[in-house]
Amino acid sequence: MPARVSEQAFDPAMELAAFEATLVRGAFGATASFTGTMRDANEGDAVTGMTLEHYPAMTDRELARIVAEARERFDILDAMIVHRVGDILPGQPIVLTAACSAHRAAAFDACRWLMEELKHRAPFWKKERLAAGGSRWVERNTPG
Amino acid sequence: MPISVKIFASLREAVPDAAPRVDAVAHDTVADVWHRATGGASMPDHVLCSINLEHRRAEDVVSDGDEVAFFPPVTGG
Repeated sequence: MPARVSEQAFDPAMELAAFEATLVRGAFGATASFTGTMRDANEGDAVTGMTLEHYPAMTDRELARIVAEARERFDILDAMIVHRVGDILPGQPIVLTAACSAHRAAAFDACRWLMEELKHRAPFWKKERLAAGGSRWVERNTPG
Repeated sequence: MPISVKIFASLREAVPDAAPRVDAVAHDTVADVWHRATGGASMPDHVLCSINLEHRRAEDVVSDGDEVAFFPPVTGG
């Protein structure tokens, strides 16, 4: 549960509820989450969909490691990541990161950190399908 | 025992005929594996490498039975 790759579309609200249900009610006072959603345009071009490729064994290891490091680095009860792979359409969630803590600062900080770490470390690659025809690999991350 | 070679995303499309396995030679580096698997293709700038699922550098030495992977900068999230 703390980190997984999904080949199917997922509902961030359901994932978040399932994550919170693994923790003791009353033990945390803050939940921070980030959902990354596919846009219908990139680099000035209309985009109709994309395929997210990954390196499965390394992805599993890297996501689990990022969550474990977040638990060590921040004063949180727990953290989680869900990341899509496969064919994705505009408007669908790509990634969800979340953290629960006693107070808001640790949850906010951990949630942001999880997202930045996975964007730099986890082996995922996006290939966009363009409305004008053809496809292209996304070559770099957006700055933030 | 041969070295398993995995190449991902745009990099795989750039060298579609790369060998999935190569024989290891003593003191071979990750870069040597690339050159042997691709028949001598030059390694593009900014290629990332791993050995047995851990990020590594092109000059790191490989061992028999390793899984060596090459991929472009990651773009998840």
